[in-house]
Amino acid sequence: MTTDTIISVKGLQKHFDDGKLKALQGVDADIRRGEVVVVIGPSGSGKSTFLRCLNLLETPSAGTVSVEGVDITDPKVNINRHREKMGMVFQHFNLFPHMTILRNMTLAPMKLLKKSKAEAEQKAMELLKRVGLAERANAYPSQLSGGQTQRIAIVRALCMEPQVMLFDEPTSALDPEMVGEVLDVMKQLAHEGMTMVVVTHEMGFAREVADRVLFMDEGKIVEEGTPQQIFENPQHPRTQDFLAKVLV
Amino acid sequence: MSAAVETVSIFEQWWLAIEPAVQANTLNFWQTIYKEIYLNVIKDDRWLQYLKGLGVTLEVSFFAILVGLLLGTVLAILRLPQVQNVSARGKGFFAQLGAGVVKLLSKFAGGYINLIRGTPLLLQVLIINFGIFGSIRIDKVIIGVIACGLNSAAYVAEIVRGGIMSVEKGQTEAGRSLGLSSFSTMIYIILPQAAKSALPAMCNEFISLIKETSILSYIALTELTKAGDYIRSRTYSAFTPYIVSGILYLAVVLTLTWAIGKLERRLRNSDH
Ligand SMILES: Nc1ncnc2c1ncn2[C@@H]1O[C@H](COP(=O)(O)OP(=O)(O)OP(=O)(O)O)[C@@H](O)[C@H]1O
Ligand SMILES: [Mg+2]
Repeated sequence: MTTDTIISVKGLQKHFDDGKLKALQGVDADIRRGEVVVVIGPSGSGKSTFLRCLNLLETPSAGTVSVEGVDITDPKVNINRHREKMGMVFQHFNLFPHMTILRNMTLAPMKLLKKSKAEAEQKAMELLKRVGLAERANAYPSQLSGGQTQRIAIVRALCMEPQVMLFDEPTSALDPEMVGEVLDVMKQLAHEGMTMVVVTHEMGFAREVADRVLFMDEGKIVEEGTPQQIFENPQHPRTQDFLAKVLV
Repeated sequence: MSAAVETVSIFEQWWLAIEPAVQANTLNFWQTIYKEIYLNVIKDDRWLQYLKGLGVTLEVSFFAILVGLLLGTVLAILRLPQVQNVSARGKGFFAQLGAGVVKLLSKFAGGYINLIRGTPLLLQVLIINFGIFGSIRIDKVIIGVIACGLNSAAYVAEIVRGGIMSVEKGQTEAGRSLGLSSFSTMIYIILPQAAKSALPAMCNEFISLIKETSILSYIALTELTKAGDYIRSRTYSAFTPYIVSGILYLAVVLTLTWAIGKLERRLRNSDH
């Protein structure tokens, strides 16, 4: 694992409702290349907001987010070019229901990477094979199970050959028996060296795969460390409190 | 043409057969019906006039629907909350100016929709015909397309806006997170889904529009209603010509309803 920083967050704040609701109150974090960072914390602590600020799905109220040294909160920056480099996977999958799986996966590469249909489809089929869904290429999203849908959502993002993958509770909307198949794909991705920021309640995944765990509460990173430090020996009372609740 | 002449001559023979009874005013029920049909449809090839009127109605409707769809979609996008409340990305003069212009257009779109929906179509048609194009010689068909298209756009805008709002927010986010621009996301991801959920309401709007083109008879456009009216002025039949026109409207509307129903079923089967 190299140590160069790919995303650098400084003094990040996000307010909603004209400042009445402070979802993020000064977050600093560095994501290094090849690193898997898992973000945990109670509901409403700002995990999703933090993640969504990394690709500017939410516009920060203050602070900076730098990706490969470029401050993407600068209005002069073309945010679309940056988003191409950052894949995102959502809790509710968000596949495009009116398109086949293959079209879901080739739309952006054809429009943005200027790939030919054949090139884009070849890449898509390759990725579909890797997650064992090649034979569903021409199905529509509604014809798939939740687990299959989420695996497709992951490889759809990978079709853009991103440098970083952001996951916002990718298994929270799944039936329990389908969680494993999605986590397996994510583990595989982590082993291949993908830089990943993962918001999840799957503590087993965090322990096994994370290089670093961030614990958030009330819009701040309260504690961070290796999975071992956080899970075996949490320092902050709120971390201890949270873990006591989720690790029963 | 000889085949047509042949057919007409059969009708002609039937007419001759009942003519004494017409003179003597002793027609039975079926003979009366035949007399009405003969005078209002067959005589002097009057059916051709209905068909011409129908052609004009279809022509005006088709192009007005196109105008309505295009303009209505633009209006709908301008009325979206994220466009209404657009904020300048940056403090530069052009960023501020751009956001200002978009906000102004959004306000204008809202005003336009209220104005059009709040006043009668007939009034709009008269204003466009006598007010705006009063001193210009211009084909009435074009005036009809403009008037009905501008009117329909206001209703289409609300239908499309509803359709767009019915698409989950996550769809936009997925598109944007892949790096697609807001324009591409709208075109490839949001509008196709919006169109699908808006289809039934849109079908209603098309049906209304087709029938409302009858108002154009007020500005002497010989569309289907005017064609019937003209024939009535020749034959003095109280309602037969209108019934013929009415049957033709009904046929058009039923065909459209059937076609859109088929489209809807196909869309439903293809995805979720
Ligand atoms: N678009 C929004 N408008 C207003 N308030 C919002 C918005 N998004 C998030 N919030 C608020 O910001 C706070 C942080 O929300 P966020 O979704 O980041 O929490 P979270 O840690 O992801 O929670 P969860 O585990 O439930 O997903 C919450 O109080 C939430 O209600
Ligand atoms: Mg969340």
